[in-house]
Amino acid sequence: MSADGGSGGSDGGVGDGIDRTPSPSADVCVVGSGPAGALVAHRLADEGANVVVLEAGPRFEFSERTAQQEQHIRPGMEDPWEMGGPRDAYSTEGRHYPLNAARVKGVGGSTLHWQGMVMRLHERDFEMQTRYGVGTDWPIDYDDLRPYYADAERAFGVAGAMDNPYAPPREEPFPLPAFPPSYSDSLFAEACERLEIDMHSVPNARNSEPYDDRAPCLGYGTCKPVCPSGAKYTAESHVAKAEAAGARVIDRVPVQRLEHDDAGETIEAAVYATPDGTEHRQTAGQFVLACGGVENARLLLLSASEQHPDGLANSSGAVGRFFMDHLFAGAGGRLDEPTRQNHVGFNTSETHQFYDDTEPVEGLKLEFLNYAGPSPVIEALGADTWGDELAEQLNESYGTHVAVGGLVEQLPDAENRITLDPDRRDDHGNPVPHVEWSLGERTERAIRRANEIQHAILGELGASIEWTVGPESTGPAYHQMGTTRMGSDPGQSVVDADCRTHDLSNLWVVGSSVFPTGGAMNPTLTIAALSLRTAEALSASLSDP
Amino acid sequence: MELTRRDALAALAAVGATVGGGVLAGRYDPPRADAASDAGSGSAAEPTLSTDLLDLLDAAAEVVYPSGVDGRRTFVETYVLGRTENQPAYREGLQEAAAQLDAVARDWRGQPYADLDADVRDKLLRDLGVETAEPVADGTITERIRFYVVNDLLFAFYSSPTGGRLVGIENPIGHPGGIESYQRASMSPSSAERSGGTNER
Repeated sequence: MSADGGSGGSDGGVGDGIDRTPSPSADVCVVGSGPAGALVAHRLADEGANVVVLEAGPRFEFSERTAQQEQHIRPGMEDPWEMGGPRDAYSTEGRHYPLNAARVKGVGGSTLHWQGMVMRLHERDFEMQTRYGVGTDWPIDYDDLRPYYADAERAFGVAGAMDNPYAPPREEPFPLPAFPPSYSDSLFAEACERLEIDMHSVPNARNSEPYDDRAPCLGYGTCKPVCPSGAKYTAESHVAKAEAAGARVIDRVPVQRLEHDDAGETIEAAVYATPDGTEHRQTAGQFVLACGGVENARLLLLSASEQHPDGLANSSGAVGRFFMDHLFAGAGGRLDEPTRQNHVGFNTSETHQFYDDTEPVEGLKLEFLNYAGPSPVIEALGADTWGDELAEQLNESYGTHVAVGGLVEQLPDAENRITLDPDRRDDHGNPVPHVEWSLGERTERAIRRANEIQHAILGELGASIEWTVGPESTGPAYHQMGTTRMGSDPGQSVVDADCRTHDLSNLWVVGSSVFPTGGAMNPTLTIAALSLRTAEALSASLSDP
Repeated sequence: MELTRRDALAALAAVGATVGGGVLAGRYDPPRADAASDAGSGSAAEPTLSTDLLDLLDAAAEVVYPSGVDGRRTFVETYVLGRTENQPAYREGLQEAAAQLDAVARDWRGQPYADLDADVRDKLLRDLGVETAEPVADGTITERIRFYVVNDLLFAFYSSPTGGRLVGIENPIGHPGGIESYQRASMSPSSAERSGGTNER
């Protein structure tokens, strides 16, 4: 069935009566409704453009958020964000990459399950090649992005304080006051002072007071993966603003491929499928890919044509290559006093003191965790006993844990990459993404350095060190980056400094897939800043085609 | 340690249930073995409850909750009624699991589960393998009992402020207890303790 409005009717077989047929005269088609897509859609719709957003996943009702929280807490229930299954199939090679734990398909994208830490990259992150001879330079620098960072912080409603001596320069305070430090932070503070390590607040995309019609944090303690209060920013916020400005957002319509004109110079349509299997062609003047660090690359590869046999926008051969994530490094143990963990699901103190070090040059940032050790309710639900015996067990296991986590930079490596798996298909018959991902010796050395500092802090604190996540046991922080890298040389990169593809004049790519290097800061604020910058460039091209 | 209505409402909030008229006024009209037989809908393969579902769950709660918990019956009642209101599938699963547990009690011990001594109730659950079973909503009888009976009761208890306090945390995961407690060095006085202080004046 390929005709529009096929067997399932206009709602695509969902049964909700919502029209899922294409918009007749779209100026802009955005693929994906995570933070990148939502911000672009909102800005352009607000300026009067006719915008349609195609989202592969469903729209999750906010009224279900507490039920989803229960799904997270209780073993034996479904994934709250419904990830997995044939739609999301993938394969991996090298170090296992748990892709479906690392992303969400739905209106709001992966901000539905993210924790919400939002810090700016440092100046050096934009020029790692020039400064240190590693990685590659970005085609823009911190000053280019700086006003958009401020704009992104206002969009998210970031709670933060100007107390970080290692942060890059900024012009104005955060929109919301920072969350106060935890009691646990106060224990670390004394040890860090003796070690001359500076602690400072964490910028959180989480309401410390009401902001933008969203509630303040109520302390549910389950930020990642579900915030029932709505205090945590999700891109649902800008989806709603985009819709209020006239954009149309269609859920449950995974885009299958992009189709270009005869010359292979511009995109003409995004072909999407509704759940009943019907394919539709959404035409538009401009197309924006915003479907995450893996699917952005995959969709370009799936759209290979006679004119673009290696995939769209891939004359450089860089599409899918240079896949990066941040590595988690951590250590933890116990004190002989209460540490008051697991009241909230976010952190209130970090140190960026070691971020700009040159031995190693890989960025690393350390986080003082507010959720070290087990949560009693979660432990109870998996325990092998009950009654007084369980209460005794919980009393013994809860209450004295401490931990220092952290993110470590992974430099780009062309061999880490996303390709199409020729042997496996998704529910629409498309080859699934194949994730090849490994760590080099450089990254392992940087993780060991993070562990050294973490052990020193815990030792000074007087904690017994009970666990360490080092190079052997590390895993990704679920920040997929690098697969459609930005650059000024079309022979080496996929998109230009405005995030427009070098090869196709009306195709733009937003999200962390455009990061040439990833630093060691959680990427979403940079995703947002770049998206706002792209929206501006795209808007200019709409008014001056 | 006393479980309060506030605890039950807190536990309900953690499962997204709102408290409607049914919770405040209603009770289950318990399906009993004889009633099922009278209706002609019972069968040997589908055991039915011989007691009020709430009696059975309270009896199970006495086993899975720590000793010395006051106000348990009201807590269980408020929680379960609110939890299953407008959730027919969950209610059906809970009812089936409870009926299975009751049937095992009658088979093995000759009495409804709720009528057994507490230590026998405890042993029966352990003999069924519930303590090490995975919670599976559509699994084996043992897995269903773990999911619907034991884990639902434990979830309600340990996500409530009173249950949390018993193990050192007044704002457990799942409970919207605000953003003050994480900043404090020790537990704040409970509302019961605070009201006690008021009375002392």
